[in-house]
Amino acid sequence: MSKTIIMTGNTAAATAARLCRVQVIAAYPITPQTSVTETLSQYVESGELPAQYVRVESEHSAMTVCISASTVGARAFTSTSSHGLLYMHEQLHWAAGSRLPIVMCCVNRGVGAPWSIFNDQQDSIAQRDTGWIQLYCRNNQEIIDTVIQAYRIAEEVYAPVMVCYDGFVLSHTMMPVAVPQADMVDSYLSPYRPHTILSPDNVRNINPVMFAVLRKNSAGVLCDGYMEMRYKLQEALEKAREVIVEAGRKYSELTGRDYREMLWSYQDKDAEIILTGMGSIASEATVAVDMLREAGIKAGVVGIRVYRPFPRAEVQKALGKAKAIIVLEKDISYGYEGALCSDIKAALYGTAINAPLHNIVAGLGGRDVKASEICEAVKKSLAEMKGQESRFKTHWLNCRQ
Amino acid sequence: MEKKDENISAMSTVAVGEAGRTGDWRDLKPVINHSKCIPTVKNKAACYLCWLYCPEGVIKTGIPVEIDMDYCKGCGICAEECPAKAISMVPEGDNDE
Repeated sequence: MSKTIIMTGNTAAATAARLCRVQVIAAYPITPQTSVTETLSQYVESGELPAQYVRVESEHSAMTVCISASTVGARAFTSTSSHGLLYMHEQLHWAAGSRLPIVMCCVNRGVGAPWSIFNDQQDSIAQRDTGWIQLYCRNNQEIIDTVIQAYRIAEEVYAPVMVCYDGFVLSHTMMPVAVPQADMVDSYLSPYRPHTILSPDNVRNINPVMFAVLRKNSAGVLCDGYMEMRYKLQEALEKAREVIVEAGRKYSELTGRDYREMLWSYQDKDAEIILTGMGSIASEATVAVDMLREAGIKAGVVGIRVYRPFPRAEVQKALGKAKAIIVLEKDISYGYEGALCSDIKAALYGTAINAPLHNIVAGLGGRDVKASEICEAVKKSLAEMKGQESRFKTHWLNCRQ
Repeated sequence: MEKKDENISAMSTVAVGEAGRTGDWRDLKPVINHSKCIPTVKNKAACYLCWLYCPEGVIKTGIPVEIDMDYCKGCGICAEECPAKAISMVPEGDNDE
C-alpha cells in the first residue's frame, strides 16, 4: 500500500524523481525550485538514491548535462523556474530536437523585469514552442503522480516532458500526498532505452549541420533533412496524446487516482458556464464554482492537464454545451491575450461552438487569486456577454488600471 | 525498395561522402602545374606541404600529387602554402587544366 505523507510540492517532485530511480541530476538553484534539487542532493548524499548529482554553474549547463546523460542512456532529471528556465531556452530546443526523454519540473514563477520571485506561468508558457510536452499540476498529489507518468510518456514518445506547477502556491505548501511504493513505480516504468545506442563500433556524429535540401549519405540513403526532422518531432507530439492517455489509464489502474483524461472536470455535467485554466488557478476555480452555484449560476470547471500536445478534440467535447466560457490564466501574450485563451479559441474554430468567451488574466507575479474574486469576475463577464460587442474580451483580475 | 532514414534525430556516420559531394561548394578550383611541383620535378616523395595543410584531407601524396575534386571545397590553402607556386586557383567552369 502507498503511504500518505504531508509534504510540500517540491518534496513531492523530489520524491517522484527518487522513485523513478533517476540516474543523473544536474541543477542550479533558483527560487522557488531550489528545494526540489536540494532534497535530491540529500537523497544522493545519503545513498538513498544511487545517482550522479552534477553541480553546474548555470541552468544552461544543467540542461546540457541532462542532454549528454540522456543521449548515452541515463534517465536524467532537472528542475528550474523563471529566469533559470529562460536561460535554458536554447538547450530546451536541443533536448527536443535530439528527441531525448528528459523530465524537468518547472516550478512556475513570474519573469522580470521587474524582478518577482512569486508565481505566475509566464515562464513555462514562454517555452511553449520548444517541442517539450507540457503537463500542469493542480495539487501536490498530482505533482508526484505526474512526474512518474512523465518518464513513461517521455521514454515512449522520445520527447522531453516539462512538469509545471505553481511556485509557492504548491511548491512550498504542505498537503497530504499518497506516495506510491517503489515496486509499483518499478513495474510502471520500463528501463530507459535510448533511441540510438552509441558505441565505438558504430560511430555517429549527432546533430550534424543540415542543409535545406535532402542529402544522400555514404550508404546511398536519402537522409531526412532539417525540415523532415522538424516534421518527425511534430508528428511525435501529435501522437503523444495517445501515449499520455494510455500512461494515465495505466497509472489510474495502479493507484486508483484518476488520470484517464488530458482534462479534468468539476461540476461540468449540467454546467452552462465553463471555467477553464491550468494548474492551481483552475483548482481555485472549483471553489468559485461552488459559490456561483449557491448564487444559482450553473457553472463548472474543465481543467487543462496537458497543454502540449494541446487536447483539441477533448476541449471541443468538454466545452460543447457551454453557453459561456471563461479562460483563467496566469500569463499574457503581450499585444494579444492569454496564450491558453488563444489555443482554446483556435480549438473551437470551425465547430458549432460559438459561445461568448472571456479571458481573465490573473495572479501575475504572485498576486493573490481568491475564489470570491473569480466568482465576482465571472458574474461581471456574464453580465457583459449579453452585449454583442463584449462577447470576447480580456479582463485583468484585481489589477489597478 | 528505397532505403529509409529511420533516425528520429539527425545523425551521420564517419565515412567519405556522408555529407554529400562537398566539392559542389567550390567556387575556385586548384590546378597543379606538375612541371613545377617538387615531387614530380625530383621524381621522389618530397615536400607534400599541400597534403599537410589541406583541411579536407583530399590530397593524395604520390607522383604526381592528386586532388580528389569530389570533396575539394576550393579553399586555396594548398596554393597559398606551395613553396614552388605550382598550384593556381582557377574559377570553376574554366576548362584550362
